Amino acid sequence: MPAPPVRSPVHLAASLDGGGHYEAGHFTALARLAEQGTLDFVTLGDSFTRPGLDALSVLARLAPATQRIGLVPVVNTTHTEPFHVSSAVATLDWVSRGRAGWSPEVSTTETEARLFGRRPAARSSEVWHEAREVADVAAKLWDSWEDDAEIRDEATGRFVDRDKLHHVDFAGRAFSVRGPAIVPRPPQGHPVTVIDATAADPRAAAVRHADVALLRTQDPFAARTAREELLDRARAHGRDPERLRVLGSIPVALETTADAVELAGLIGAWHDERAVDGFHLRLADPERDLALIVKATVPVLQHRCLLRRFYPGATLREHLGLARPVNQYATAGGVRHGHG
Amino acid sequence: MATGKHLSAGSDASTGRSGGENRSGGKKQIHLAAHFPGVNNTTVWADPRSRSQIDFSSFEHLARTAERGKFDFFFLAEGLRLREHKGRVHDLDVVGRPESLTLLNALSAVTDWLGLAATVNATFNEPYEIARRFASLDHLSGGRAAWNVVTSPDAFTGENFRRGGYLDRAQRYTRAAEFLSTTRELWDSWPEGETPKPVVHHGRHFSVEGRFGVPRSPQGHPVVIQAGDSGEGREFAASAADVVFTRHGTLEAGRAFYADVKGRLARHGREPDDLKIMPGVTVVLGDTAAEAQEKAAGIRQRQVSPQNAIVALEQVWGRDLSAYDPDGPLPDIDPDPESALVQGRVDIANAREIAARWRALSEAKGLSIRQTVIESTGRQSFVGTPDAVAAELDTFVQSDAADGFVLVPHLTPGGLDDFVDQVVPLLQERGVYRTEYTGTTLRSHLGLRQPVWKG
Repeated sequence: MPAPPVRSPVHLAASLDGGGHYEAGHFTALARLAEQGTLDFVTLGDSFTRPGLDALSVLARLAPATQRIGLVPVVNTTHTEPFHVSSAVATLDWVSRGRAGWSPEVSTTETEARLFGRRPAARSSEVWHEAREVADVAAKLWDSWEDDAEIRDEATGRFVDRDKLHHVDFAGRAFSVRGPAIVPRPPQGHPVTVIDATAADPRAAAVRHADVALLRTQDPFAARTAREELLDRARAHGRDPERLRVLGSIPVALETTADAVELAGLIGAWHDERAVDGFHLRLADPERDLALIVKATVPVLQHRCLLRRFYPGATLREHLGLARPVNQYATAGGVRHGHG
Repeated sequence: MATGKHLSAGSDASTGRSGGENRSGGKKQIHLAAHFPGVNNTTVWADPRSRSQIDFSSFEHLARTAERGKFDFFFLAEGLRLREHKGRVHDLDVVGRPESLTLLNALSAVTDWLGLAATVNATFNEPYEIARRFASLDHLSGGRAAWNVVTSPDAFTGENFRRGGYLDRAQRYTRAAEFLSTTRELWDSWPEGETPKPVVHHGRHFSVEGRFGVPRSPQGHPVVIQAGDSGEGREFAASAADVVFTRHGTLEAGRAFYADVKGRLARHGREPDDLKIMPGVTVVLGDTAAEAQEKAAGIRQRQVSPQNAIVALEQVWGRDLSAYDPDGPLPDIDPDPESALVQGRVDIANAREIAARWRALSEAKGLSIRQTVIESTGRQSFVGTPDAVAAELDTFVQSDAADGFVLVPHLTPGGLDDFVDQVVPLLQERGVYRTEYTGTTLRSHLGLRQPVWKG
């Protein structure tokens, strides 16, 4: 079966990373700029050793200061509690009214392990296996409340229908979680899972759990092949390949308006090659690059009908054309959600 | 290994205490906090004015109300496992809440002055991550972060976490003290304008080695709140907390607690003003005393539904009492003190004693099960006209039963609207409450000195 064709408009996302910023104002200005350019989402990287604020906290701070832009923090799954991770990402979805994503990441370094003193550093394959389990249990916890669990039935005195709250009883290699979640099912059902699928271990996680897979490459032909392989593997795990977006993740450093127009040309060329569903732009200097992108790249893409002129939807899933997931525990009319 | 000691006393001039002596014209200034309605039967959901317990708009409403009332801080509780009763999720009370720190970071975008306090469990977290998340909130909010440090006793909650398990009471506090002191080592390790100094902590409970990723935050140390009431809890508060959140709602009990906890401070090299004592209280207002009493009774009726009355009874008796009529008499069988019927909620000690008290009350006044529960549990702390309530709150503070109050509304999200509109102006007229914020940080609202640099 051929891979689903790439579609218009192109999906665009940008990273806000760049060192030395600890004030909300810096990030708010960048996110509003990205929103002006009708980008699907912004990302913020994280690690316990890089100087900087907790990425999910920063994006939560941005939620009430923005209206439409999706907010995708990197979240560590190696040194954190899966239950807390699930709760925090669900809460980001509540405070942003359905604009949250998360990008699970792992830690393989002794430097990070020593900050916690809880376990030694482990190999990539091992911690990515655990990250897959965290993604799996997070989705289960998000589904552990059915959407209509809250009933406020005065006649019987019941606030919730407990038949619609579910223990998840997850037992993985390194942890187990009983559930249900403390946070009701988030507005998007599942916040959007974004995984950098360039390396083999995270790619195995992406084909199972990602809604958006990122590929670091500068070659459109290689990207097209990699995209088709990702979609094939997702299908092999019982997933509908229409429900996975593949974005090229490319480094961007713009000096002039001409550079920004050239970036639009590159995006258009990749689109013509049907290489990817869009781009994650890793900006060298977000303040400078994002301003040029909004000023010159975005209008060119809009003129070519490759980019939307406004947000027709409210949630990140709507921006990405991804349906709201069916609840895996739903008792009525539910189809089991097919994650391998 | 580090000790629990952190804020060594210094002269006011050198440590920049911002709220003066917290007095104006000889009168102590009252501190106020707003508690977001909890997931228990204090919160009335069967009221037409009750709104979502999870939509951001509800949190925004209460936070903006608190800021309009010049409150010191907004307070979020935490629960890491849904309450269960008789092996099933408890379904009669409000349930479902956000993860506190994520929610407070969002609230910092829609408030400018209000302190933002998150309850975060020290049992099911690690110091490095918590230090980083609170330092992040303190930066993003411009110095308004507070951490209510709690510990969890139960394996029931542990079933949601990697470490699982149970800690005995003494271990809980030594672990919490080491958790907090480690967190403060991390907060102190990166002086402004310098490079971070490596932290090396090898203690009984934690081993942390490396550089902290966040420079010193606006408050240096986010404000630390502590809510335990046991001897160990009081000692922990006296050694390490900035605010104690208590349950002592009466004047006499409040004064005894206040004297005891403030009396412990000197042993830790601290002064009485270094620790604020704030009981959690509920308020019902009326145009007349009689109207307020009537409203209070109506709220109690709604808080204790017939179904809730049976559950309250089962929590004492430890037996399935679902066959009993809530409008009928109390059971004549005795409680089962060993029962594991009730989980996910505070253990009720001395079940037999409580049952005997309830029976005596029921017999003396001829009360049904529901009426007995209404009489015996959770009555409102301050009921009356705005004038009377303002006077009573003032008396509490001036007679050293408290330094202020954590107000627990029964309605989401409008439960403090009347208090802010009607009582706050009277406190201001009495000269015991701020009319404007004078500083930007929560430490300055509370009149706490800057933490001494330990880097």
